[in-house]
Amino acid sequence: MSTEDTNATETEPVDAVDGDTDDADEAVEAEPEPEPDPNIVPVTLNGREIEARKGELVIAAAERHDTYIPHFCYHPRMKSVGMCRQCLVEVDTGRGMQLQPSCMITVSPEMKIDTESETAKRAQEGMIELLLANHPLDCPVCDKGGECPLQDQAFSHGPGESRYIEEKRHYEKPIPISDLVLLDRERCILCDRCTRFADEVAGDKLIHFTQRGNETQVMTFPDEPFASYFSGNTVQICPVGALTAEPYRFKARPWDLAQEESTCTSCSVGCRVVVQSSRDEILRYQGVDSDPVNHGWMCDKGRFDFEAVNSQQRIADPMVRTEQGLTDTTWSAALGAAAGVIRESLAAGGPDAIGVLGGARGTNEDAFAWAQLADALGITYRDAQFGDGLPASVLGLDRATIDEAASASTIVMLGADIKEELPVLYLRLRDAAVEKRSKLVEFSSVETGLSRYATQSIRHQPGLQSEAVNEASDLLAGDDVVVVVGRGNLAESADETMAALAAVLAANPSAKVLPALRRGNVVGALSVGMAPADDEHDGLATLRAAADGKLDVLILLGADPINDCPDTDLARRAMAGARRVISIDTHPSESTKLADIVLAAAAYGEKAGTTTNLEGRVSTVSDKVTTTGTARPDWMIAAELAIMLDIDGDIADVASVDDVTAAIAAEVPGFDGVTLDALAGERNGVLTSANPKPLPPVVGGAPQRNTYDHRLVVGRKLYDRAIGTAMSHSIAKLAPGAGAHLHPLDVDALGVADGADVRLIGQKATAILPVVSNPSIARGVVWAPFNQAGGTVEDLIDAAASVTDVKIEVV
Amino acid sequence: MSRLTDANLAIARDIIARYPRKKSALIPLLHLTQEQNGYVTDDAMRHLAELLDITPAEVIGTATFYEMFKFEEVGTYVINICQTMSCALLGAGALMHHAEEKLGIKAGSTTADGMFTIEAAECQAACTEAPTMQVNYRHQYRVTTEDFDQMIDDLRSGALSGDIPPHGTLGRNRQNIPADKFVGAPDPDDVTEGPAWIPVKVDNS
Amino acid sequence: MSKAITREYTPGFYEGDRPKIVTSRFEYEDSHTIERFEATGGYEGLKAALAMGPEAMAGEVKASTLLGRGGAGFPAGVKWGFTPQGVWPRYLVVNGDESEPGTYKDRLLMERDPHQLIEGCLIASYAAGLSQCFLYVRGEMPLAHERIAKALDDAYAAGYVGKNILGSDFSLDIVLHWGAGAYVVGEETALIESLEGERGMPRLKPPYFPAAVGLYGQPTIVNNVETLANLPFIAANGSAAFTSIGTETSPGTRMVAISGHVKRPGVYEIVNGSTSFRDIIYGDEFCQGIRDGNELKAFVPGGGSAPWFLPDQLDIQFESKQAGAAGSMLGSGAVMVMDDTTDIPEMALTLVRFYAHESCGKCVPCREGGTWLLRILERVCSGHGTDADLDQLLEVGQSICPGEMPHASSERLGLEAVPFPYKMTTICFVGPSAYASIHSPLTLFRDEFEAKVVPAPKRVSIPVAAG
Ligand SMILES: Cc1cc2nc3c(=O)[nH]c(=O)nc-3n(C[C@H](O)[C@H](O)[C@H](O)COP(=O)(O)O)c2cc1C
Ligand code: SF4
Ligand code: FES
Repeated sequence: MSTEDTNATETEPVDAVDGDTDDADEAVEAEPEPEPDPNIVPVTLNGREIEARKGELVIAAAERHDTYIPHFCYHPRMKSVGMCRQCLVEVDTGRGMQLQPSCMITVSPEMKIDTESETAKRAQEGMIELLLANHPLDCPVCDKGGECPLQDQAFSHGPGESRYIEEKRHYEKPIPISDLVLLDRERCILCDRCTRFADEVAGDKLIHFTQRGNETQVMTFPDEPFASYFSGNTVQICPVGALTAEPYRFKARPWDLAQEESTCTSCSVGCRVVVQSSRDEILRYQGVDSDPVNHGWMCDKGRFDFEAVNSQQRIADPMVRTEQGLTDTTWSAALGAAAGVIRESLAAGGPDAIGVLGGARGTNEDAFAWAQLADALGITYRDAQFGDGLPASVLGLDRATIDEAASASTIVMLGADIKEELPVLYLRLRDAAVEKRSKLVEFSSVETGLSRYATQSIRHQPGLQSEAVNEASDLLAGDDVVVVVGRGNLAESADETMAALAAVLAANPSAKVLPALRRGNVVGALSVGMAPADDEHDGLATLRAAADGKLDVLILLGADPINDCPDTDLARRAMAGARRVISIDTHPSESTKLADIVLAAAAYGEKAGTTTNLEGRVSTVSDKVTTTGTARPDWMIAAELAIMLDIDGDIADVASVDDVTAAIAAEVPGFDGVTLDALAGERNGVLTSANPKPLPPVVGGAPQRNTYDHRLVVGRKLYDRAIGTAMSHSIAKLAPGAGAHLHPLDVDALGVADGADVRLIGQKATAILPVVSNPSIARGVVWAPFNQAGGTVEDLIDAAASVTDVKIEVV
Repeated sequence: MSRLTDANLAIARDIIARYPRKKSALIPLLHLTQEQNGYVTDDAMRHLAELLDITPAEVIGTATFYEMFKFEEVGTYVINICQTMSCALLGAGALMHHAEEKLGIKAGSTTADGMFTIEAAECQAACTEAPTMQVNYRHQYRVTTEDFDQMIDDLRSGALSGDIPPHGTLGRNRQNIPADKFVGAPDPDDVTEGPAWIPVKVDNS
Repeated sequence: MSKAITREYTPGFYEGDRPKIVTSRFEYEDSHTIERFEATGGYEGLKAALAMGPEAMAGEVKASTLLGRGGAGFPAGVKWGFTPQGVWPRYLVVNGDESEPGTYKDRLLMERDPHQLIEGCLIASYAAGLSQCFLYVRGEMPLAHERIAKALDDAYAAGYVGKNILGSDFSLDIVLHWGAGAYVVGEETALIESLEGERGMPRLKPPYFPAAVGLYGQPTIVNNVETLANLPFIAANGSAAFTSIGTETSPGTRMVAISGHVKRPGVYEIVNGSTSFRDIIYGDEFCQGIRDGNELKAFVPGGGSAPWFLPDQLDIQFESKQAGAAGSMLGSGAVMVMDDTTDIPEMALTLVRFYAHESCGKCVPCREGGTWLLRILERVCSGHGTDADLDQLLEVGQSICPGEMPHASSERLGLEAVPFPYKMTTICFVGPSAYASIHSPLTLFRDEFEAKVVPAPKRVSIPVAAG
């Protein structure tokens, strides 16, 4: 948190986002720095001697020393452009006082800075007047009104009146530049923040300055919208109301918003955010700058999928299956029924007749409480994954932090397309590659979002990743190598990815591993007790046992195996085979519909607690709004069931979520630092550790592909049919839909037109999908996005097979 | 479709190869498409984006900064009448009025037959020959109203077609770098040593 | 065929027997051909450079104190020395974007003697270790393109450019690049942006001094066409021959375009320090006085952005220091002469319109302030302005250049000259130029502006909405 955009005049939310002077100052004071430090540059600021840091910008140094310099274009997470000229101050480097933009000038020894001289003030006032000259001053109907840097600085640093009587510039009022963002060019002050963000940070150069001089404007290319996964950030950093977010427009005035800091749980990066609500409804998420994690950025899914929390379709009350189907009931009845079902099954088949799946969508406290309950009951079938991720053993390796990955000498990417799965991690790693801090070596069977930034992007046949790694082992040498490993192909066994990981670690035993598991709290759930003891009891084994009729009760903690498990057939058979299904969930899903008891769960934003991100960082989530209906957090449900089941132990004793958090700190290895004190006020969370354990041996590999077949790759897209997206209307429409992507020559060979339906014939099923001609797909490979409307490619996946080969036929 | 023709694509590839970084070829290539189509079309910009591995938004961002690029059809002959000081001192304003009257259009527009566009232009680096104008950027000096009328007649009759190519063509010949003489344009990131003729000093950058 | 198409040049520039360095071949019809060039000492400078080696050649240029001819007048040899040690590659970018109002010299040099420029590029690259050269020619100069393209083809064929030049270990590509119409691209950092395929928006110096961080972030020398055209002479004849012409602080010659209300406007190569403005405007060798027997009213001594001079300043020598002390500058060597029939506000309007239109849009004061100035001045010139508008012009300008602006002295008005420099809130000089080009006429001829306006009814004030 060295440089932060602490914009004193920006209102609360943005203030929290852009930085917090107090924190920064504390950090400085806390650093015991031996004198004299070559990194300290003595300068004079408004007649006062201050210590700046080597290479520090004048604006940042001044701000650290409580001298606010007005500005618009400067943003500490992007390169300065010196465009708005608002931050002009007088600087003397030995050649007399000169007006200089403080966002572009770095401090030098003996520099004299005057931010309040007559000339500087004159320039700053002049700038405000000029910026307002063409500004429409439509503040009353502007979303930004009340939290607008232009408004605030006009007040604090402006001349108080305008002498501009000419006709203002006119443009068509807000035009949509994407499905989520609207642009009002009349309000725009051309600070280059959004366009720099699109270019530098997101790498999606889809908005750009066009025209010149007084006619300069921000624009997209005709018919090519700003379809970036990160577009919402531009709305947040726009210093005026030129960019507005469709989901938030006209919803609230800033002064009506109440807010709390929290952590985004849409994926496992754990971006720090602030949750804002009005009248007990969540209205907006804004990114908060956590230095080790998200740098203030969010992806659009994380930013807008709170709509699902507000959804009309939320499960508001518990339900129990009666003759009329699932019927609302009281908590005591539902819990009683659940306890009864569990008791019966314990009596009939013992703990091995019960399976508990899920937890990755809840808090650490939720997962811990359930793991404790499972422990108390002796249940061994348990997992937070169901063949959709990687074995929990990846968490036992020497784990890298995001910072370590983003400054590694070489970043080795195995598997997942992190742009689709962990977008803000993608931003961090892309930055490492673009700024040439790191070499990026990628092993993937299809092009990923990072491919274009890779030093080497090695394409391999699906199922033969370890072979590719072995052939390229010379690229893996060096110190500070970090492997980012995820699940790139859901139609291929995770064994091959693990074999490839083992091969990387064999080639470079000092390499650290960043597990790119996707679901929000999957690392937390696995760490606090939801990890299976062995392969015989993991998620897939649990589903198989259920499918085989060996499970009496299947308990689903925010889990929807039918959509989450790649092998849909197995999931369906499991749901049918389990005698009873208890589902604890927030929204109705295909799986809850098949459940016998549904317990209404509190959603993010409604419950407090902690979450663990992929590097093992634990941070807080807040209960900004009250729960929907009578929904309760999962941990509370576990505690109540424990009481009903007469379990004596900690789990039955907890009275508040803080008790559960304290229990985690006390009992989970590596989590001892996660105390309530440590978490309070620590935006960057607390890093946990795991005891390194070598990977168990694994056999990967795959049979040769028959030349008439195509080998299937099923990968995730950011937007799919999962509840969080599907129930958020703003982003639900962005899911790309099902498709069979083939190389254009393969499409030609089939003799079909782009968009026509083809039949994919696999070992156990066939699926009909529209064909998409896609030059980035290798010949002989067919790529299909996971869990999309309009096709059922998941039917082809067999969790027991190493790879999935399909024949393709014209329909 | 107004993507580059095969012949122009070959020229484009040649031009791109001259620069250490592809995007540098953008302005020359925009001229090339404008020469091909008379103006810069959206399709052409998409094609250039593909060739240079940039986004169409980057292409339009650069293209619209520069005045010579037109994004709608213009006349076969674009007549730029200089209005800056040296020419203004010697009757540029009157010449413009005359031109507008003669062609029956306002500056900034095109005659109905698509032959002529007139534009108010800025200093054409011919200030001692005021008033000046350019026809498809070919300079005309000390232009009287009679000269103007004569020129319009000549352009209409085709008498000047040898002298003045249609709008979009800049130089009628292009630089050709023979392959055997071409030194090459490596990306600066790939260059680690100083040039061969510079005496070797101990370089530690 | 109409007369206009025959492209006659003013004869002025090659007449007279003044020493000529860069226009020596202009008298030949075929001065642009390689045959003529070789027959008149062409590429001898290159051969001399190759014979003496890069360090000695760089030394000669430094000793010649050749000053840049692009406007800023910085010594070329010193600039080359700013390239950081051991950072490769380095580039040469030739600034042929000539667009400053009144300026007309680089185009002639490119059209009339392209090989001389090519030779200059070769010598500079050889001496400064520059491994590729980009010749950025203004887009609206097709004749220059044609001639340079042909000259480069011939020079490649003859072995002057390309791999192993004249059998030496010196290799250089010269790539002809062309612009597309944007004055600001003449500013060197904008030129580099444009050459990178970007919008031509200037970069802030520091940190982007081209010699250290230029094209693709590499050390880059940007030189004006005329600057480079001097190098063949220096290489072939030595720095002493060069410094023997002109003055000690401004050696050599420079090309000056004199336009406007003179009898014989033209481009003249004049020896630095040998002439006063009176000589140039009235001398027989040069412009031969004001047209139609009229009186001189004012003149712009150094391109559109230079503060104006009055007849009071005629005896100032055409020399940078003197012009600077008198409240103006020589800039790009463009003199624009106005006789007593001139409508001063109208002329100021053409300049303000120019700079407002040519703003790249990066700096707020230039983008918004320039256009604001233009709107006010348009109102004044069309007879709808008020006297308050005149003060408003100066006040808006203060947001671009806070503090005193340079201007000439005037005996008639009892004004003291204010010399350069001024303070500015912008990155480059386009914004300040918009202000400068109204500030000095308004200061020197306020009465003419006042004659166009009516008294202000009342000061209009609009409250700014605040939070
Ligand atoms: C707004 C502006 C426009 C300029 N236009 C030109 C130009 O057209 N040609 C030129 O050679 N220099 C121009 N310059 C000066 C260049 O920035 C640069 O100083 C020059 O090319 C350096 O070459 P020299 O050292 O050989 O003079 C301009 C500068 C500014 C600020
Ligand atoms: S002064 Fe004007 S032209 Fe120059 S950089 Fe600033 S905005 Fe662009
Ligand atoms: S913040 Fe420095 S110029 Fe905009």
